[in-house]
Amino acid sequence: MLAVDIRHDFPGFALDARFEAPPGVTALFGRSGSGKTTVVNAVAGLLRPEAGRIALDGEALFDAAARRCAPPHRRRIGYVFQEARLFPHLTVRANLRFGGWFAPGRAAPGEFGRVVEMLGIGPLLARRPGALSGGERQRVAIGRALLARPRMLLMDEPLAALDEARKAEILPYLERLRDAAGVPILYVSHALPEVARLATTVVAMEAGRVVRAGPAAEVLSDPAAVPALGVRDAGAVLGGRVTGHHADGLTEVETSAGPLLLPRLDAPAGARLRVRIAASEVILARARPEGLSALNILEAEVTALRLGEGGGAMVQLRAGDDLLLARVTRRSAEALSLVPGARCWCVVKSVAVARADVGRAAAEGGPPAERAPGA
Amino acid sequence: MGDFLTGDWGLGPEGREALALSLRVALWSTLWALPPAVGVAMLLARGRFPGRALLNGAVHLPLVLPPVATGYLLLVLFGRRGPVGGWLEESFGLVLAFRWTGAALAAAVMSFPLMVRAIRLAIEAVDPKLEQAAATLGAPRAAVFALVTLPLILPGVLAGAVLGFARAMGEFGATITFVSSIPGETRTLPAAIYAFLQTPGGEGPALRLVAVSVAVSMAALLVSEALAARVARRVGGA
Repeated sequence: MLAVDIRHDFPGFALDARFEAPPGVTALFGRSGSGKTTVVNAVAGLLRPEAGRIALDGEALFDAAARRCAPPHRRRIGYVFQEARLFPHLTVRANLRFGGWFAPGRAAPGEFGRVVEMLGIGPLLARRPGALSGGERQRVAIGRALLARPRMLLMDEPLAALDEARKAEILPYLERLRDAAGVPILYVSHALPEVARLATTVVAMEAGRVVRAGPAAEVLSDPAAVPALGVRDAGAVLGGRVTGHHADGLTEVETSAGPLLLPRLDAPAGARLRVRIAASEVILARARPEGLSALNILEAEVTALRLGEGGGAMVQLRAGDDLLLARVTRRSAEALSLVPGARCWCVVKSVAVARADVGRAAAEGGPPAERAPGA
Repeated sequence: MGDFLTGDWGLGPEGREALALSLRVALWSTLWALPPAVGVAMLLARGRFPGRALLNGAVHLPLVLPPVATGYLLLVLFGRRGPVGGWLEESFGLVLAFRWTGAALAAAVMSFPLMVRAIRLAIEAVDPKLEQAAATLGAPRAAVFALVTLPLILPGVLAGAVLGFARAMGEFGATITFVSSIPGETRTLPAAIYAFLQTPGGEGPALRLVAVSVAVSMAALLVSEALAARVARRVGGA
């Protein structure tokens, strides 16, 4: 568990951040300039805040009151930077081994091979960073940080410098990392789809302050958090399990809200998934619609409503144990009397759920299990 | 032409002696000056401390001061009755004045700014973010320097060394002021050229020594350029 409570004044910008990052992936989310990287640099020890305290598992890494500030190399916190920052004069293998030279104790036998295999970088070992693609470099950087046997991993927009294809290439590795490595991760991002796929906890920042923090499923489906997350990308995350593949190219996923039919997914029956449903792709109806091309119609109850500054409104709904978010117009919200307690149907087109919106979920301890009922 | 490689190149015993002495002086001056040059370059490139501008000025002083003045200052400081020279003789029995070691010291002082400049440029080309990355991987400062910074600047360090070596080979003013021009002890290549020119009929040997100087300096510049190009490639290949 990482506990951060720091203050730092820059010219024209004041950081005042307080949050906790439990095990799992904590996404530090916010627009550029909201102070995310500053927080991560303070945790890594690359920046010394003016005041506050940073503690990892109860041990103070930084404590302004006690005048304590552990240097970066003593913190044992791995850092994956936006630009991979591989050592250009060393081979991939030597880059990967670098941290191991300084980590206390001995590596578990086979650790190197396991990490290399998990990240799929075996064929790159003899090469130099200059000869790698952006996606390959980033995977090597992740492996390098992991093999230093860190107590925690910081990732500062590790995908931001990559194109969509490279992102899609790396995301599954990050999911595996979250589910298998057992190292808590603080993940900085300003891309909501990425956060929706990876995060178990979300900390939303705005202008140097934490505006919302909590379990991912809760924060992402909270209409009040939408301004901080961005209206355009808002969307809830549902946990589900693949029940089967249909001959007509659809995959059926069982959620607590009911079955979802999605475009064919590369996942075996029984696989646990997390599915992001963008708020703008959800249509609400007060009566069960019929004769509709959309395949997914989920019965739900309005739990919260937030009117936007323009003509829009965010509606939070509970369907089974899951929370959904729908973006409608204020006019519709009024016409349909979408007030808390109202029963309605959520209509979601199968094709509205893109490949990138579906990710693997942890076998256990992932978002479905962590979801607090009283959200 | 036949004896170009095997013969004495028409330098004569005095010329050969001067060339050998110059090579020895330049080699030792480079070896002595290199480690402090790396340290000072590191301080100037990365350090943020009061007096940094002063250090920078002091390092570059021999570049702009008349060499004779530098040589005289060395004589005052390192002469047998100078504060440093006296102490060195008393404590270690080390005498620099009018010895080849003194010539090496003069050459080291004169070539120091050139070395520092070349090495500093190489250090400034290294992205400090790489050093930060090394620190987050658990490497203490010394290890970061040895494993990341030094390998990346190595071509720059070598370029600085070659440049310093060439400068040491050509040092005249400070050397002749500090250690005079004693044949076999402190009469280096430039001093020998000068001495030849003072004697009737010495133009021939002087010219041949000049040719040797040109060859050594040119080679040093070419090597230094090649190494500098390599540092750019190495650092840019991230």
